[in-house]
Amino acid sequence: MPGASDPGFDTLALHAVAAPDPATGARAVPIHLTTSFVFESSEHAASLFNLERSGHVYSRISNPTNAVLEERVAALEGGVGAIATASGQAALHLAIATLAGAGSHVVASSALYGGSHNLLHYTLSRFGVETTFVKPGDIDGWRAAIRPNTRLLFGETLGNPGLDVLDIPTVSAIAHDSGLPLLVDSTFTTPWLMKPFEHGADLLFHSATKFLSGHGTVIGGVLVDGGMFDWDASGRFPELTQPYDGFHGMVFSEESTVGAFLLRARREGLRDFGACMSPHTAWLILQGIETLPLRMARHVENTRKVVQFLASHPMVSSVAYPELEGHSSHALAKKLLPRGCGSVFSFDLKGSRAQGRAFIESLRLFSHLANVGDCRSLVIHPASTTHFRMDDDALARAGIGPGTIRLSIGLEESDDLIDDLKRALKAAEKAGT
Amino acid sequence: MELTVNGRKAYAYTGGKPFDAALPCVVFIHGAMNDHSVWNLLARWFAHHGHAVLALDQPGHGRSDGPPEPSVEALAEWTLALLDAAGARRAAVVGHSMGTLVGLEMAARAPGRITQLAMIGTAYPMKVSDALLSTGRDEPLRAIDLVNNLSHASIATKPSFPGPGMWVHGGARALMRRMLHGGTGLDGRNLFEHDFRLCDAYANGLPAAAQVRCPVTFILGTRDQMTSPKATRELAAALRAQILTLAAGHSLMTEAPDGVLNAVRQALARTEEPA
Repeated sequence: MPGASDPGFDTLALHAVAAPDPATGARAVPIHLTTSFVFESSEHAASLFNLERSGHVYSRISNPTNAVLEERVAALEGGVGAIATASGQAALHLAIATLAGAGSHVVASSALYGGSHNLLHYTLSRFGVETTFVKPGDIDGWRAAIRPNTRLLFGETLGNPGLDVLDIPTVSAIAHDSGLPLLVDSTFTTPWLMKPFEHGADLLFHSATKFLSGHGTVIGGVLVDGGMFDWDASGRFPELTQPYDGFHGMVFSEESTVGAFLLRARREGLRDFGACMSPHTAWLILQGIETLPLRMARHVENTRKVVQFLASHPMVSSVAYPELEGHSSHALAKKLLPRGCGSVFSFDLKGSRAQGRAFIESLRLFSHLANVGDCRSLVIHPASTTHFRMDDDALARAGIGPGTIRLSIGLEESDDLIDDLKRALKAAEKAGT
Repeated sequence: MELTVNGRKAYAYTGGKPFDAALPCVVFIHGAMNDHSVWNLLARWFAHHGHAVLALDQPGHGRSDGPPEPSVEALAEWTLALLDAAGARRAAVVGHSMGTLVGLEMAARAPGRITQLAMIGTAYPMKVSDALLSTGRDEPLRAIDLVNNLSHASIATKPSFPGPGMWVHGGARALMRRMLHGGTGLDGRNLFEHDFRLCDAYANGLPAAAQVRCPVTFILGTRDQMTSPKATRELAAALRAQILTLAAGHSLMTEAPDGVLNAVRQALARTEEPA
């Protein structure tokens, strides 16, 4: 039937939640650099504190600029809302800390960003939250790892660094069969490449530092709720379904059928752990999001050309990009990531560690640093940097070899990037002779 | 709180405070494919300002057992029975959309019990196009998206509901999807089709209006595409309703939460009988 339809992605990226400022007429989202907000009266103040009215009190809890970012990311993801955090790590911690405590258990993919692995394996275990790691493609392993005290399943849409595509429909079904939510790290894909909620994920987060911001300028994270998980039916989450003494005895799942998780996360985790985002950071990430569709298309276009170049180069033993037929996630990528598999991928260089070092040090356009998702092209050697805390066995389980090189393809002319890689590969070849 | 109404479990959110039947009661009645949570802010405000609040889940919606009631008139009888179960002899009624028709029927059937009636986002008749009904039957997720878009006047609503960081469109869509999945006892029909057929079928508005004795207030969105303010004139005249307008679409409670609070406070402050 004819009728209204959802605004398109590109429109939401520019307009969702941002009307001209009623006070000044400013068209762009203003930066509200203020710690706090004046109450109209004592009654108004009390009603804001007691969640009788919607509004802002103190910028650790909420801020108008941050709210635009939060709601815009939720709009792009098809979620019900979001919380901006100080970093992607803070978003992951907020998600887990809202649902799990001492004595809880998490089932996580073994193909994770090194920082996420550190948090789960080393740090949260110190606070009594234990994690079982399973290979992302080991479907029976996900099911077998669930325990009575498990609180969530967690994986990356594209596993770091081998780009294993998480089978979200299958893993989320396993989670839901046990009354558990699936949390995914969507940093590498962004909602332009994949909307995990459409495939069954319940919660997701971004390191907004990467593609959402897109310019390598700020650190930030965003935690998003899809709103479809039934916390009451699960029976495993008294934090959301029983009175919380720390906030007026509130039962969050009664207050908001679809927003219970975010209510608790904001009124406990953001309030008490305090890993909030600066409004200036939120504003910069919003600038990035406005061009996200254009940038992601170019990132993918450039990446495909670079992948083709590397895959046919004699100094390269393998390229891990799911669009290549030999990749173990090729079929899943065609199903879940038809627009492309992002612009971060790894390849293995033939030869010694010294040749690997020669390769990286000969690059001119690619910047050697620990980040991805910049508009500039980046390179790193995971075994000696992001994953250096892992021993050889753990590295192998995560799909990382001593000669693995990770690239993040930027928005430069693709011919220039390929020329840079050609020069560096030649230097690596010479270093072996 | 949970109650038993006609032998079935019924749920009503009480605004974060225990229900006290000795206080003036306000009952909030949600619209099609919604539940009590659309009243969250209003319910909390009134509960913390001297009222006993019942923001109910209609049968087959949210936490109340199904099956859904078969007509607006039956829903009105069920809601009056819920007031009995809660021990509330008299109550002000605040309805939204389909819930306004239920409130109208309650005020007509029990004029001595309803003290004020606030009708938010209302129209009469509340006709639903055959195209939407058939889409609701065959493609309910698509129908939800259509209704969701028609229900909102803007993609830039501020402040958010129920608080900062919540995307109003996404929350409304997820709530309708949750209701669709949770609907029970529908004899093969989905809850979308059921609820919208109830709106479409209700034909007792003007006879009911003639029985109403309490002051009535219409709270209308000037940009409402679901229940256009133009479609209220005959009923408003019959009820001698006070009309308050807000710059919002059909989802007034989420698009204009402060404006709706002020309007409902005005509506519930009225004590005079209609002329």
